[in-house]
Amino acid sequence: MRLVVDLNRCQSYGQCVYAAPAVFRFHGEESLEYDYAPDAGAHREVARAAAACPVQAITLSGATEPSPLSSERDR
Amino acid sequence: MSTPRRADAGRIVVVGASLAGLRAAEALRDEGFGGELTLVGDEPHEPYDRPPLSKAVLSGRLTTDRITLPRVRNIDARWLLGTAATRLDIPGRQVVLADGRRVDFDRLLIATGTRARPWPDAAGGGLAGVHTLRGRDDADRLRAALATGPRRVLVIGGGFTGGEVASGCRELGLEVTVVQRGAAPLASALGGVIGRVATGWHRAAGVDLRLHTTVRALEGDAHGRLRRARLSDGTAVDAEVAVVATGAPANTEWLAGSGLAADHRGVVCDGGCRALGADGAAVEDVFVAGDIARWPHPRFPGQLLRLDHWDNAVAQARTAAYNMTHASPNHRVHRALPAFWSNQFGVNLKSVGLPHLADQVAVTQGALDQRRFVAAYGLRGRLVAAVAVDSPRVLDGYAALIEAGAPFPPVLNAPDGPPQLRPVDAEFARPARDEPGGVRGHDTHAPAAATPAPTAHP
Repeated sequence: MRLVVDLNRCQSYGQCVYAAPAVFRFHGEESLEYDYAPDAGAHREVARAAAACPVQAITLSGATEPSPLSSERDR
Repeated sequence: MSTPRRADAGRIVVVGASLAGLRAAEALRDEGFGGELTLVGDEPHEPYDRPPLSKAVLSGRLTTDRITLPRVRNIDARWLLGTAATRLDIPGRQVVLADGRRVDFDRLLIATGTRARPWPDAAGGGLAGVHTLRGRDDADRLRAALATGPRRVLVIGGGFTGGEVASGCRELGLEVTVVQRGAAPLASALGGVIGRVATGWHRAAGVDLRLHTTVRALEGDAHGRLRRARLSDGTAVDAEVAVVATGAPANTEWLAGSGLAADHRGVVCDGGCRALGADGAAVEDVFVAGDIARWPHPRFPGQLLRLDHWDNAVAQARTAAYNMTHASPNHRVHRALPAFWSNQFGVNLKSVGLPHLADQVAVTQGALDQRRFVAAYGLRGRLVAAVAVDSPRVLDGYAALIEAGAPFPPVLNAPDGPPQLRPVDAEFARPARDEPGGVRGHDTHAPAAATPAPTAHP
């Protein structure tokens, strides 16, 4: 799975850090860092983190089609 | 030319497969576009996120194979990656690629962004150890160079990228010299008052910061490896790695001869993201979004803006996609309030509005000598921007005030505000009146530096 956080919108509430501590963390007092491509096993935690974000700054992947690189080769 | 105007048909080509291009493609499908969709990108990688390149990637906490952007929906697109567009033929409705292929379109979105300005002197710029930082491959090369443990890293330019690179190098325990032409780091974006605060961050972190100084020459050894930089003050700095962080020209060369109003500053478009021709008229079916776009923002009239901002790329891509799929009477105007952020030296900095327009600045919350404060920026008695340092939860209120045209200094009654607001000169270096175009220049650092490009986020 993949995710991205809109760090303009993020207000460092840290709810994601509580929900998925293996994926989200603070670097410094207010700077959120995260893993863009966590293991599939973290999916439930990450979905919970996205739902818990007070400003809805977390976007999760929704595409099911193959990656551009593989689809390009197929054509 | 009779091209399909229906939202659900025809061929749309998006040139530029980064954040703006990807989000535009998704938005086109969201808007019901059911025709052929092609994305062209010069890099061989899937669209990825750039902000971590100068932060977590540089410091080794993330690797570049883990920053691919999520694709939020199926877009059923043809992806042409690893091939740059080299020419645009508007009457013939074709994009020509570097490998000779021609891609037909009915509607086109230009989203080719910007690139790092290279060191302008070929001899110095060609030395091993001299880097720029814009893409994934740049970040991998720089990361590898830093991993060899250079005795000193030279950062040329004290803007946001320069500060983030310097910060990352200090986290790695490397000695760093930052050479900054102006009076303070970040001064061209945030003014001298907040720039002096950033000076403190650099020096507290152990950065050797050289202000009012430029690099005259980069010198190498017999093997073509960087060894030394000669500075404008007559001193020299020994360094094995240099990072050139002196701004970003727009990737518009492929548009030469297309008839569009395009140069190194970007492609001019109207508020609805429609590209303008050299005659100033909107060009049918050609749109622009992201870092490359220069447009008139209704809140900041009298100028063309180009924003190298993440959220602007996303919002402008959505506006362009909407207008590409709706008839022009219903077009939306791109008017999102500019916003950006930076993390450096353990500090989170966020901005809304356009600080560089301001004539005055006032601390409205906290205090400059703390690492937690908000500064409000005013122009002729109106609030035009706010910058929050380690205070990420307050900016929505300031954004609303800016949108509402609130007076400056603003009336906030913030509990952590000073008893009395004291606006002072924001200390932006203004260009000489006779400078071409009257634009504010970038800090440049080399004898043969190209004409600086105006941008809201140098």
